[in-house]
Amino acid sequence: MSTTFWIILAGAVATYLTRVGGHLVISRFETIHPRVEAGLNAVPAAVLTTLVAPELLHAGPAEWAALIVAVLVSLRGGLMAMFLAGAAVLIVARKFVG
Amino acid sequence: MTAEAISEGRTGGDFWDGVRLSMPVVVASAPFAILFGAIAVDNGLSVLEAFLMSAMIFGGASQMVGIELFGQHVAPWLIVLSIFAVNFRHVLYSAGIGRRIAHWPLLQQAAGYFILTDPQFAIAEARAESGRPVGFVWYLGLGLPVYVFWVIESGLGAVFGKMIPDTHALGIDFLLPIYFLGLVLGFRKRPLWAPIVAASAIASIIAYRAVGSPWHVSIGAIAGVLLAVILPPHHSGIGKRP
Repeated sequence: MSTTFWIILAGAVATYLTRVGGHLVISRFETIHPRVEAGLNAVPAAVLTTLVAPELLHAGPAEWAALIVAVLVSLRGGLMAMFLAGAAVLIVARKFVG
Repeated sequence: MTAEAISEGRTGGDFWDGVRLSMPVVVASAPFAILFGAIAVDNGLSVLEAFLMSAMIFGGASQMVGIELFGQHVAPWLIVLSIFAVNFRHVLYSAGIGRRIAHWPLLQQAAGYFILTDPQFAIAEARAESGRPVGFVWYLGLGLPVYVFWVIESGLGAVFGKMIPDTHALGIDFLLPIYFLGLVLGFRKRPLWAPIVAASAIASIIAYRAVGSPWHVSIGAIAGVLLAVILPPHHSGIGKRP
């Protein structure tokens, strides 16, 4: 087995640990304190936001146009409509502003 | 017998409900799977290794970081640590989703955590929030297509990588931010949503500049979660009966 294979295997184990780790810690407690519950409810917005926000630092006009259209569509439409609208605006805008 | 037949029909429905919700994820992740395979081979991995990496790790950003480091011949432990750091946000996901799936048999839970990706978590949380049960069959319907397409497309990218056209013109580098923004907006009815998003956005941008990637994800996430913990519980709608 190559070194690469062992690195991939170790990376897979490390990744799985992150995917069960939080549950293993939380499940040791019999009851969840209201503040912890509030924190857990904040997880989706808190984590997913960090995957978007730093991208704004290098966003140009095409990227901003795509995001704004995507937000507007998401107020009415579903996730798929929002995503396709944003992607379409991005591709067209990049044709013109690069 | 009758009850069994009914529940059988219902589980089939649940599975396809999940599959339907997985389609945007499959579409959004396809370019990255192909791109990953192509870059992996470019950085010296074999087609089999690229395929295995997708099948065993199943985490796009961490796989990209991993192969980037393979190309630079850094120490193995550093590559593993980097993959761990990029995936660290899943600790929070697993703490959150554990409340919804704790009633599953142990093996089903073990499989469930293996396919716990960003969209998997977000969509399962949204379902739990709407008051519907997060069952294993539904969860599998959501996650399995994403996994299967991810692994196959990685392999295709590894084999046919040289044929990929201009990714900038196709907007591929910015598809995921658009998609993740959609997931964030999906939670906008939750208590404290706007302050949490603001806190995480500001903290992650500052951390991105000051500390660098991937730590900005964990730092930004902790800022948003801490805000919800620190504010008095009644702001969070906890303990309030709807």
